Amino acid sequence: MDETISLVLFSGTDDKLQAAATLVAGAAALGKPVKIFLQYWGLSAFRADRIAADHGLAPEAGEAGKLAFDAAARTGQAHWADALRMAKELGEVDIQACSASMDLLKLKQSDLDPLVDGIEGVAAFYINAGEGQIVFI
Amino acid sequence: MGNLDIKLKVDASGLSCPLPILKAAQGVKTIAPGELMEVIATDPGSVKDFAAWAGSTGNALVESDSADGKYRFVFRHK
Repeated sequence: MDETISLVLFSGTDDKLQAAATLVAGAAALGKPVKIFLQYWGLSAFRADRIAADHGLAPEAGEAGKLAFDAAARTGQAHWADALRMAKELGEVDIQACSASMDLLKLKQSDLDPLVDGIEGVAAFYINAGEGQIVFI
Repeated sequence: MGNLDIKLKVDASGLSCPLPILKAAQGVKTIAPGELMEVIATDPGSVKDFAAWAGSTGNALVESDSADGKYRFVFRHK
């Protein structure tokens, strides 16, 4: 069985990125290789000039959800970008930007945070995913 | 208890998932095979998480207990 976990990060809100980073960190701690493919707003959130900015929450969070999310951020929860950095130091975590989304957003790799390892197309993503699971967030 | 030769102590108190398991996975890399690491956590989810982590990575859980909302785990580096 292929141990590799592949994640497609489409959404760019902080709650979805936080949930994704938790999945990535857990897989890295268990020694599973992780491949991440950044598309659309997920990719946009990895721009170097705005990775630490407030990316908002999914609409269903509402006011109460925002209060709970902000409280967790103040106590014991690592920011998703920091959790991804730790996961990369710990295990085999490869982060690739979708080339079509790079074109759409008119980005160059130098516009992206160093967390992003490279740019690839969807065929490369599927080949690297192998027989492993693919998660879309 | 108390007579184990703990090589590394990792305090993950107050941290939420996935930080306790990340800290443990980072910590175990800094000790030699056969040496012991103690982890303290307050996240109730860490009980199942660390059992799964030990089973999956081969770092044996040699001792665990809990008191006053704190969970203590001792692992032997594979």
